[in-house]
Amino acid sequence: MKKRIYSVLVENRSGVLGKVAGLFSRRCYNIDSLVVGETDDPDVSCMTIVSSGDERTIEQIEKQLNKKLDVIKVKTFSESRCIARELMLVKVKYNSHNRREIMEICELMNVQIVDMSKHFMMLQLCDTPEKIKLLLNLLNSISIVEVARTGTLALSKCMEND
Amino acid sequence: MNGADAIIKCLEAEGVKNVYGYPGVAICPFYNSILESDIRTILIRTEQNAAHAASGEARISGRPGVCAVTSGPGATNVITGIATAFADSIPLVCITGQVHTDLLGTDAFQEADITGAVESFVKYSYLVKDVNDIPHIMKEAFYIANSGRKGPVLIDVPIDVQNATINKFKYPEEVKLRTYKPTMKGNALQIKKVIKELEKAKKPIICAGGGVLLSDAQENLRHFAQEHQIPVVSTMMGLGVMPTKHPLYFGMVGNNGKAYANRAMNESDLLIMVGASVADRAVSQPDLITKGKILVHIDVDPAEIGKNAGATIPLVGDAKCIFEDFEKESFEGNYAEWLETLKEYRVSMAKKRNPNPAYVDPAAFISALSEKMEEDAVYVADVGQNQIWSCSYAVTKQGKFLTSGGMGTMGYSIPAAMGAKIAAPERQVVAVCGDGSFQMSMMELATMQQHHVDVKIIVLKNNSLGMVREYQQFTYKEHYSMIDLSGSPDLEKLSAAYDIPFQRLYNMEKMDEVIDTFLAHKGSMILECIIDPMDIVR
Repeated sequence: MKKRIYSVLVENRSGVLGKVAGLFSRRCYNIDSLVVGETDDPDVSCMTIVSSGDERTIEQIEKQLNKKLDVIKVKTFSESRCIARELMLVKVKYNSHNRREIMEICELMNVQIVDMSKHFMMLQLCDTPEKIKLLLNLLNSISIVEVARTGTLALSKCMEND
Repeated sequence: MNGADAIIKCLEAEGVKNVYGYPGVAICPFYNSILESDIRTILIRTEQNAAHAASGEARISGRPGVCAVTSGPGATNVITGIATAFADSIPLVCITGQVHTDLLGTDAFQEADITGAVESFVKYSYLVKDVNDIPHIMKEAFYIANSGRKGPVLIDVPIDVQNATINKFKYPEEVKLRTYKPTMKGNALQIKKVIKELEKAKKPIICAGGGVLLSDAQENLRHFAQEHQIPVVSTMMGLGVMPTKHPLYFGMVGNNGKAYANRAMNESDLLIMVGASVADRAVSQPDLITKGKILVHIDVDPAEIGKNAGATIPLVGDAKCIFEDFEKESFEGNYAEWLETLKEYRVSMAKKRNPNPAYVDPAAFISALSEKMEEDAVYVADVGQNQIWSCSYAVTKQGKFLTSGGMGTMGYSIPAAMGAKIAAPERQVVAVCGDGSFQMSMMELATMQQHHVDVKIIVLKNNSLGMVREYQQFTYKEHYSMIDLSGSPDLEKLSAAYDIPFQRLYNMEKMDEVIDTFLAHKGSMILECIIDPMDIVR
């Protein structure tokens, strides 16, 4: 299984997300994450889809995406050839015993504390998918109340011929 | 001018001659406006068959077939017909009425989210929300349906949009779609590579699929094969690319095909697959067509190449363009020995049947019938055992062989034959079905009579769902379930009720005579052949 990131420029019209997502479920392709947002051109949206599969599946996904009439362009890259970021918000329950430990993790990993109450705090991390995973692992021993993640956003690295 | 008038103007601009459909309130503005046009309307008896009939017309005319139905159940009924066309890449433009724009999403009476429901079976779909979009949407729809890999396009038009006044009607001359530019011309380097491989090859073979017919490349392919003496096999959808009796033709491949055709394909050292999707029914083991040989895969749809089998030389483009380019290349190949081997296989591996003399032998019957049919006749096969016998024994000369290959939709033959006949009234059109598939579209006998469409229908009667029965016989050790067709109507009485002449053939004795009368008769006729209920296709 290989992981692949697809950056898909699509017409910014209603129903397009459904068509693209439907393609994945219909053909039994995985969606690890899917993020959609408008680009600098309001007529164009960018979908960042992370998927995985064998060589043939990965190639088919690109071809099938290209077949969709609402798809303008498909760029595909592996994680090493792009800058990938994900935003995560985590709500944790804290007490006098683990407060220090949480604060240390936050400091080490550049995590911001964005909200707090007497027993809860909300942490924010915007970093690579690996760091997000790492933070979740670290916080697992402390009680996590809720997690919200955006999924991976990615752009290929800056090249002179861009 | 309102939206409905505009749709009709667009159909006229596209040269549409016939519209198949069924009305309901939501499509009434359309059927009101069409009265002012010369476009012929054919009232089908159930919506699925409107799509099949449009598909039959498209496969003869080479232009998109058009059907128009109402919202809700009208639209959902047409889905199977659309899916059937999609599976075989047949160009259709399907117009559905829809509830008032203000009611969309409210679960209104006869509201169905048809663009959502049909998404996986269309090449593209539109929900028209502004009447002024009609001209460019119609232009795009016809272009999309009939270019690149062809297929159905659905246009859903709410009733208020059909009734709204259009500001200025102008049918666009060109289509501008930034997301859709099908590749027609094959890459010159890849073409040279194929020719080089052909020069080196000892045992080349061409496997022709339905894409060859869709791009109207059969003459080019025949000419190329003839010129260089390259043998040809075909998939089910490619039947008719080569005349059945052509010396270079070695039959249909696949699990229901000829053993010698499969062997020829597997033993070749260079396989040129053109316009075929390499799906399970044609190629059950993709390994066999890639191991130890060069696979050239030609398709207008890049996603088909490498989907089921990895090609050595992928070649994206339209079959006609590519074969025209092939024809320009000169090369020397000597495949005489290979051809001799294949000819030997054709004789030694031919299947022998042991027909029960108490019944009509479907194999002998189909071969006699098709031999007697006119040179350019259209043979429409339904689905079931009848389809396999038709594929195996029908002789195609310069005519066409139509069937639902991808979807295997029962009931396809009668409506598709009607569409074919309407597209080419001068040609002989024969639909061959079983008693199961006949009953799936026998309501269309009324359509045939009402609109004077002369279709000749063969019903192979065995009082059972033969294909399933045969499957249960071998897979479930004769544990039969749901295959008994008792209760079926007496076809003689049924034909009389529709005022259609009828004949029945009990055994082989009078076969020639009966076929001659059947084919010579002017107008529709039903011929029922009583076949052995235990007969098998394998």
